[in-house]
Amino acid sequence: MVLRLACPHCGSRPVDEWTYGEVPDPPDYLTKADERDVDRGFMMGNKEGVKVERWFHSGGCRRWQTIVRDTTL
Amino acid sequence: MNEFIEAQVAFGWKELRSSYDVVIVGGGGHGLSTAYHLATRHGITNVAVLERGYIGSGNSGRNTTVIRANYGIPEAVRFYQRSVDLYSRLEEETGRWIMHDRKGLLWLVHGIPGTRNERARSIVNQAFGADTVYVTPQEVGEICPEVDLNAGGGEYRVTGGSYSPHAATARHDRVVWALAEGAMKLGVHVHQRTAVTGLLRSADRVTGVLTDRGPVAAGVVVSAVGGHVSTLAAMAGVRLPIRTHPLQAFVTNHYARSFRPIVASADMGFYVSQTPRGEMLLGAGIDSQPSYSYRSSYEFLSYCSRPAVTLLPFLRDLTILRQWAGVCDMSVDMSPIMGYTGVDGFLVTTGWGTWGFKGIPAGGEQMAELIATDRTPELIAPFSLDRFKEDRLMFDPGSTGTTH
Repeated sequence: MVLRLACPHCGSRPVDEWTYGEVPDPPDYLTKADERDVDRGFMMGNKEGVKVERWFHSGGCRRWQTIVRDTTL
Repeated sequence: MNEFIEAQVAFGWKELRSSYDVVIVGGGGHGLSTAYHLATRHGITNVAVLERGYIGSGNSGRNTTVIRANYGIPEAVRFYQRSVDLYSRLEEETGRWIMHDRKGLLWLVHGIPGTRNERARSIVNQAFGADTVYVTPQEVGEICPEVDLNAGGGEYRVTGGSYSPHAATARHDRVVWALAEGAMKLGVHVHQRTAVTGLLRSADRVTGVLTDRGPVAAGVVVSAVGGHVSTLAAMAGVRLPIRTHPLQAFVTNHYARSFRPIVASADMGFYVSQTPRGEMLLGAGIDSQPSYSYRSSYEFLSYCSRPAVTLLPFLRDLTILRQWAGVCDMSVDMSPIMGYTGVDGFLVTTGWGTWGFKGIPAGGEQMAELIATDRTPELIAPFSLDRFKEDRLMFDPGSTGTTH
């Protein structure tokens, strides 16, 4: 079955209605401003497991939601 | 793995040593191709390929096997044309039948912007060595009479397209086996069911890998990992511009007539070819959520089938036999990332997303040259990880054949 995300306004809705928003997560060991900028612009944690994400319910209530999701399921 | 074919192939499985000159993580097409070219081109055979499952069990065994060079930017056309050329010689070189079949690829468009794109694509292709030509709707009908040029009378009337006679398909696991056998005959070790659980580091250098069968020291560690690459790179402290998305595909039952070309429509978001068994093989875009899940969905079948039956009405009479998913290392500019990482002793060949199969021979050849000479070959220099820092992206989303 297709992935469904829980919206506090609209209930459980299929992922087709949602738009993913990548949140920059430069690691602490990057200390130079330029390195952090490159990381914010292009790099991604791409975590395998439970992760906090931002999703825009573009096909529903059109609000941003913070959703905790396991990317391996 | 197919026992019959495994019996025909002269694999020589060896014991795991405690140290190798080169350790390649990931026994898929790119990992094995790198090992194969290290052994055959550079005489470097103290090499191990470590594979968590069985060889070809990742994206090399899940893709739709299209080999083509009709990309939209010069650097990519040159690289993939090299791969197309190497593929066409691979049977002769390895002595193994990989079922390489030059079918030609029709890339259809449905409107003025698409027509403009395909005209530009054929000019760029011809300038950099690929034989892609622009075709009119009438020529599309001659190349592939099954296409409904009116697309059922709807908005997707075919207005033209580009045709790439060089495009081919090959049997994916035969490619993997041929490369593994060729490398192993020269002394390369391939270790299946050997998971890499960590990296050995001393100071700022990667000096080997930790596996579930013990530590293995290495002169250089190469990541040829697919969708799970970020997890391995993080162990080396390397950040990648990669997000993992699932890609699904399916096959129908046997279509009793020959369907010659590979047909793709980026506007409608699907592509189709016929397998040697006669099944029609269909694919479309990646799943929109970042995910490591191998789950298939009914929604994908519906999303992919609707445009397919609109353009190729004969597909309506077929039945879907099976579907599957793989997890793809999608780079932000839809181009591969090959070479140095900034961490000594750790190289990557990644960002192969949904376009990795066609790059197997050239990717392996160039990575092998980089390892053997410790210099980035000119052909893959544009695809280094540095490009993000230097603001010279290889942005080519319109050429991936899938919608993103």
